Amino acid sequence: MLQIKNLHANVDGIEILKGINLEIKAGEVHAIMGPNGSGKSTLSKVIAGHPAYEVTEGEILFEGTNIEDLDADERARMGIFLAFQYPVEIPGVSNSMLMRQSYNAMRREHGEEELDPLEFDDYVRGKLDLVEMDPKFLDRSVNDGFSGGEKKRNEILQMAVLNPKMALLDETDSGLDIDALRIVSDGINKIKSKDKGVLLVTHYQRILNYITPDFVHVLKGGRIVKSGGKELAHQLEDQGYEEVVEAK
Amino acid sequence: MSETDALDSVVSQPYKYGFKTEVEYEEFPRGLNEDIIRMISEKKGEPEFMLEFRLKAYRNWLKMEEPTWPNVDYPPVDYNNIIYYSAPKKKPTLDSLDEVDPAILETYEKLGIPLNEQKLLQNVAVDAVFDSVSVATTFREKLAEAGVIFCSISEAVKDYPDLIKKYIGSVVPANDNFFAALNSAVFTDGSFCYIPKGVACPMELSTYFRINNEESGQFERTLIVAEEGSSVSYLEGCTAPMFSKNQLHAAVVELVALDNAEIRYSTVQNWYSGDKNGVGGIYNFVTKRGICKGVNSKISWTQVETGSAITWKYPSVILQGDNSIGEFYSVAVTNDKMQADTGTKMIHLGKNTRSTIISKGISAGESNNSYRGLVKIGKKADGARNYSVCDSMLIGDQCGAHTFPYIESANSTASIEHEATTSKIGEDQIFYLQQRGLDEENAVSLIINGFVKEVFKELPMEFAVEATKLLSIKLEGSVG
Repeated sequence: MLQIKNLHANVDGIEILKGINLEIKAGEVHAIMGPNGSGKSTLSKVIAGHPAYEVTEGEILFEGTNIEDLDADERARMGIFLAFQYPVEIPGVSNSMLMRQSYNAMRREHGEEELDPLEFDDYVRGKLDLVEMDPKFLDRSVNDGFSGGEKKRNEILQMAVLNPKMALLDETDSGLDIDALRIVSDGINKIKSKDKGVLLVTHYQRILNYITPDFVHVLKGGRIVKSGGKELAHQLEDQGYEEVVEAK
Repeated sequence: MSETDALDSVVSQPYKYGFKTEVEYEEFPRGLNEDIIRMISEKKGEPEFMLEFRLKAYRNWLKMEEPTWPNVDYPPVDYNNIIYYSAPKKKPTLDSLDEVDPAILETYEKLGIPLNEQKLLQNVAVDAVFDSVSVATTFREKLAEAGVIFCSISEAVKDYPDLIKKYIGSVVPANDNFFAALNSAVFTDGSFCYIPKGVACPMELSTYFRINNEESGQFERTLIVAEEGSSVSYLEGCTAPMFSKNQLHAAVVELVALDNAEIRYSTVQNWYSGDKNGVGGIYNFVTKRGICKGVNSKISWTQVETGSAITWKYPSVILQGDNSIGEFYSVAVTNDKMQADTGTKMIHLGKNTRSTIISKGISAGESNNSYRGLVKIGKKADGARNYSVCDSMLIGDQCGAHTFPYIESANSTASIEHEATTSKIGEDQIFYLQQRGLDEENAVSLIINGFVKEVFKELPMEFAVEATKLLSIKLEGSVG
């Protein structure tokens, strides 16, 4: 589904990614772990097409198509979803309005009829339970005045509504208390399926107690320095990044 | 296309009201002196008191200086090179549209304001002012049934001299400021509304101002009087052709609300703003003020300012009656080299008076957008309350947003709250929405619509639709 080959990327002229190779197949969950500043978040932003990052070498293929020259919105409509580490606030724009516009943009892309506000309301209400969200959230401005946990749940709600093929979860667990972590993880587990790929970027092992990865990769200095199965995450938790990476 | 280019194209839309209508004019010679003023007054068949009012204002004006404190910059205006009276030759007879120059009817048709009553929105009466004169006022009979007077100010001066004499200059005195004095001396038309005691005006009233003549200024004057227990909603729209010269628009609007009366005044201002390099455009130097004269009265200003090369305007409310309410909701959009210095004054004199100020400035291009507001609490205004929010949004990095809030309180029981924010439509916001599948243009327009929502919801239905369209015209662009 997603193939990343020798990916190098810069921001403000500084090279952050220095040759990433990664392949995610449908149905697989990959966890990217690494210390702060290792390039984890950059990787998800580069895949999603953030304009501040420049790909200098290598390529990203999504379902066989090189997406390098596509804008973020085109990638999104192909089915790539990024759950943001820091979801952005959009005052005055209601959650349901944004989600309806997004959802209809996806439907247009696939030649499907757009949903009117009433039809969409029925559709979105069916998704609220996944993240235990109150319908009141639909009328609130996007992320405006939301708590950290609410913002993250809102990201997962959007993911449930848009039903992407490839989900990039950028530190979705950061700043969550244990209850919120459980709710968010449950939501993700219910959405993931055998025809979807998941890339889970995290600093900590604890979310992997809820979402079981098929592969774990350790990112350091812009390169994947170690890959393994889910046991690698436990090893990192027990021994720390330094020791695990040194021992390679 | 880079992010910045895309943003630029999104906010830089060609002006679609820029056409000029070919009509024959009757014009006065250029320049300003007492003879010109006498000619205007004579032309309009005014009673003596009106001429006196004008001459007094003119003599005051001669002694006054053009204000230099606004945060705007423009070359000196040659007040002797302006035509102060310019009217389409075919004499408008207000009883029938048949006698209005078809070219003018067509102009309003093109602007989306058909003056034919059958075609009009059922609940909006329109007064159309073309350069110096009112060319048509619709639904007059229907309004008359309710006792509401809605006509051009020129007619009102002749037909209702007592009302005019009593109220004109009572809120904005003829010597109030440089531009108000000029207007008082030379105003040529405008609208007059009078809502009698206890009447809720059965329809929205509106005036559409059109400047068509390159050489003339527009000096209109609007007076609205709401008697005890009455209410009215009034809308004002403005457009002008594209000329490489600047035209001066110096209007005065006065509102009077007596006991328990309510006036809602909404403006969508879309004068020509000049080209990308700041050549041409309207100088919009306007004095708007209302007085809540009676107890429990309410005046609410809502403005959507999207045009003009320079805007200098502070719709204000004098809260004289106890428990009266003043409101100001504003969206000011500047782009290219436009300059806006706009805001409000809330003068609390009565007890338990309340005011709300919601100002949203959007600056793009190389424009400058300033909010200037005064909240003044008088000695006797026990329990007065004000709440102000001034938000600025910047698009691109070559524009400016400024906030000048002034607070003067002489009463310790008053409560004044002021909040201000400045935000930039950032890459991150756009990226977030693009990541959700919206293209860049939709993303920007969604962010801006969200930003102005608090103000737009105050507009009457018919106008809200128009304002949203206007904003999206300004925002739609060829991205990529």
